[in-house]
Amino acid sequence: MTLLSATGLDASLGNRKVLRDVSLSLAAGHLVALVGPNGAGKTTLLRALAGLIPSDGEIRIGGDALASLALRERAKRFAYLPQGHMVHWPLPARDIVALGRYPHGATDPARLSPRDMEAVLRAMQAVDVTAFSDRRVTELSGGERSRVALARVLAVEAPVILADEPTASLDPRHQIDVMQKLRNVADTGVLVIVVTHDLGLAARFADHVLVLSEGRLAAQGAPDAALSESVLASVFRVSAYRAEFQREAVIVPWADV
Amino acid sequence: MSVQDFALAAEVAARRRWGATAALLALVVLLLVLSLGIGPVRLSPLAVIEALFGGGSDVAQVIVREIRLPRTILAFAIGGILGLSGAALQGLLRNPLASPSLFGAPQSAAFGAVLVIALGLADVRSYALPVVAIITAFGSVFALLAIAGRNAGLLILILAGLAISSFAGAATALVMNLSSNPFVVLEIAFWLLGSLEDRSFQHVALALPFIIAGAAILLSQASAFRALTLGEEAAQSLGVDVGRLRLFVITGVALGVGGAVAVTGTIGFIGLVAPHLMRPLIGHDPARLLVPSALTGSALLLAADIAVRIIPSTSDIKVGVLTSIIGVPFFLYLIMRERRALGGGAA
Repeated sequence: MTLLSATGLDASLGNRKVLRDVSLSLAAGHLVALVGPNGAGKTTLLRALAGLIPSDGEIRIGGDALASLALRERAKRFAYLPQGHMVHWPLPARDIVALGRYPHGATDPARLSPRDMEAVLRAMQAVDVTAFSDRRVTELSGGERSRVALARVLAVEAPVILADEPTASLDPRHQIDVMQKLRNVADTGVLVIVVTHDLGLAARFADHVLVLSEGRLAAQGAPDAALSESVLASVFRVSAYRAEFQREAVIVPWADV
Repeated sequence: MSVQDFALAAEVAARRRWGATAALLALVVLLLVLSLGIGPVRLSPLAVIEALFGGGSDVAQVIVREIRLPRTILAFAIGGILGLSGAALQGLLRNPLASPSLFGAPQSAAFGAVLVIALGLADVRSYALPVVAIITAFGSVFALLAIAGRNAGLLILILAGLAISSFAGAATALVMNLSSNPFVVLEIAFWLLGSLEDRSFQHVALALPFIIAGAAILLSQASAFRALTLGEEAAQSLGVDVGRLRLFVITGVALGVGGAVAVTGTIGFIGLVAPHLMRPLIGHDPARLLVPSALTGSALLLAADIAVRIIPSTSDIKVGVLTSIIGVPFFLYLIMRERRALGGGAA
């Protein structure tokens, strides 16, 4: 069943048109990978879907038009993880995760209701960060910090999670861990949209792949269909080595040099 | 780890913060009493308290309640709003070097006030003075944030602040330059140095409503500053209207700083210093820093105003001069500490 849909979506940054006529329809419980070359408009699409930037066209979330929802209500439906896991002040990890309850009216991490506190704890347990809940985020390693950021997003308990390159700058093990965590979340009925440059991770973990090229959807569908030989050649200008390992799809992009 | 552990950890941290805030409050009360007791006639704390509540000699009552109380109230309120404005700007911009004086807000407010005085547009004790000062302060902070853009780094903010405060200074100098009355010029020059001397309840009435309004606006936005820890985009995705927040902060700072400058001239650097003194005690949560920073600002200005009264000198030392003399080296120290960020991360 469709949870999030967009029809004829256009968006501009300044005078430059970044998204052109994007239409999609995504179901709850799916992990959707959003891929595309640099500058294709992936981040812009994510922001437009969450209503963080103005766009033309219609976006519907859970039966409501996004435009009709107040900021607070949008915040409860979309959990948004920006690129880079930016944290500007050295707050303890727990306080950062607790910000996930902000849309639910819990604006003070020291005064959470039992319900909010349970949500925070659940989120921290799901990504295994309870051990450093008192440590300052700025003192954590990149992998730990990305998990705290992920916990913050999970704590919102929103029906849609939008994650912008959550695996960027992580080592291979942490990349796989993060994708697996997102996969687990999707399996609980959440729609998870992940921007990634790693076609291998997309092929392995996603149910559905959106391929964005110059602001248009060049392909979408199941990973092997959306990441077909012709799409990779025309959109990414690469070919790929394809295989199966432990009964999962493997794609390694390849370009002759 | 359970919900109980979790609640316990939060409570321990909260208790430590309350302890620090309570100690700070005690310090401010002590400084209030000292401030009322110090002057040409020195009064003991007990005599001050007695006079304050209508006891003691008539002379002591007049000194405490009519001569020194307005000055003390102004030092408390203006120090407080400057500390609060600094903490709010640092929270809004996620930047430990943000403060009203580095952004040229007091200088711009002073320009507005000087314009009113020099042109003889209104009496020095009319509401025109704070209103114009607030408008020019608003203009300066608004211009700074517009120039710096949404995700400005330290360097851009400080350069833009420098440009705006230089411009405000030049505009003020121009007004004095063009003024034909030398007495007015002299009066303005002294007033610009920033002082709390000889202030009456008329001055309090002039500044206090604006300061209270500004403080109320800034305090009402506390939790939004906390969400901004994650950056503007993430804060917006959590339901914070960042555009509206900016406007609130600019308005709050302009009301407070404009109101303050209109009665005391420019008193700089309290807004920069106060939040930094509190971070080791309170932590870095920008929402929790607001009230302690305000109290620290009050304590700093009360202490500075006591100091100018007891430092032996042939002529009066203006309190604004003293806060800058102490504040600028502190600013240099902060620049040294933030060197890496200022160097664009190349270091």
